[in-house]
Amino acid sequence: MKLLFNYLIFPGIIFSAVVGLFAGWLDRKITARVQFRIGPPWHQNFTDILKLLGKETIYPVQSRLTFLLSPYLGFLSVGLVATILGLNLISNSSGFNGDLVVVLYLLLIPAIALILGASSSRNPLASVGASRELKLILAYELPFLLSIVALIIKCGGSIQLNRILELQAINGSNILSWSGALAFIVCLVCVQAKLGYPPFDIAEADQELMCGTLIEYSGLPLAVFKLTKAVMLYTLPLFLIILFAGKELSLLFLILKYTGILVVIVLIKNTNPRVRIDQALGFFWKVPAIMALAAVILALVGQ
Amino acid sequence: MDLKTKALTKSIWVFHVSAGSCNNCDIEILDLFTPRFDVERFGLQLIGSVRHADAILVTGAMNRKSVPRMKTIYEQASKPCVVVAVGQCALSRHMFKDSYNVCEPLDKILPVDLYIPGCPPRPEAIIDGIEKLVTKIRKGK
Repeated sequence: MKLLFNYLIFPGIIFSAVVGLFAGWLDRKITARVQFRIGPPWHQNFTDILKLLGKETIYPVQSRLTFLLSPYLGFLSVGLVATILGLNLISNSSGFNGDLVVVLYLLLIPAIALILGASSSRNPLASVGASRELKLILAYELPFLLSIVALIIKCGGSIQLNRILELQAINGSNILSWSGALAFIVCLVCVQAKLGYPPFDIAEADQELMCGTLIEYSGLPLAVFKLTKAVMLYTLPLFLIILFAGKELSLLFLILKYTGILVVIVLIKNTNPRVRIDQALGFFWKVPAIMALAAVILALVGQ
Repeated sequence: MDLKTKALTKSIWVFHVSAGSCNNCDIEILDLFTPRFDVERFGLQLIGSVRHADAILVTGAMNRKSVPRMKTIYEQASKPCVVVAVGQCALSRHMFKDSYNVCEPLDKILPVDLYIPGCPPRPEAIIDGIEKLVTKIRKGK
């Protein structure tokens, strides 16, 4: 019963969706200020979701089941990530051995849900978007996993989130060491790609693919995809905070760190044009992968 | 006025169709999203797919090629969705009235909810038109 409450309401789905939508508004507002505009009011993202709930849902008859269910696959799994991370922050005893690996797997599922939904929509533009998303996963997962391996080595081989938090409380945040700082930079770039923000919004390219993977979605499933994105926007910076900056975690510091990472992500988004898929693949396998490898070596040496 | 209508009028996603216009109206529409006018304040957003659209903005005189495509686009949109005719060409075919290639004004083809005249209409006129449409929808048509 308590577990269900945790999953559905407090650190889980509803709470993270509300925080994520608010963070999405912050993103739009900062974007507007960067472009010398005023920007939407604070309730804009909530209004968007509410409006989408009231719209007609159109679906392809041949692949109705996959098309309508794949949004929930991504949403529920990313909600589970939010629950695990939130519970780890609230109490020390709620983790289990290996939850870091579970989180890594679950964070991949929204992208897979997007690919499933896009390919079942029978739209040529959506299938191009799906293939790009697939290539992007191949590109960013390598440096992302490598930098997390560096972190695990740094923390003495523990794959339990609250063990990592304890170690940081004793030894100071991971980001303050050389290997930790390198791994953090790599992770930040990968988070940019995981969120689908420019310069890596290749799968959803507004101007060339017309929303790409989401092109055939309308009404409720589209709202669920938007909510998935909002929860991702809440979860991924939180994940980075737990892994790299877990020393001071009172509420005030947590909010400050979260806002800081969010602002950096939004500024990267606003100052970079979209890259081509081959450029993205080349970039991820050349620059961040080598940086992550350097972080692994530094962690092995003990820096 | 129920919650659904209120949310709909506060977050209008616009799909922009150029059905054979001279690009002047299109430029004025793009002006709406620039710092000077910034209609994102009211929740308006340009989006790429008709499936997400709440309003279809049509510019230009409808010619024989664009009429069937325009009908398809309207059928693809998820309802409720309004159609807005921007510029004199979409309203009445303007100077192309006697052209061999231009068949009908837009409101003979689709149910048009809002007419914004002008060649091209100023961005202020378009904002004013949207405001009028929103009040009309809120009063329940």
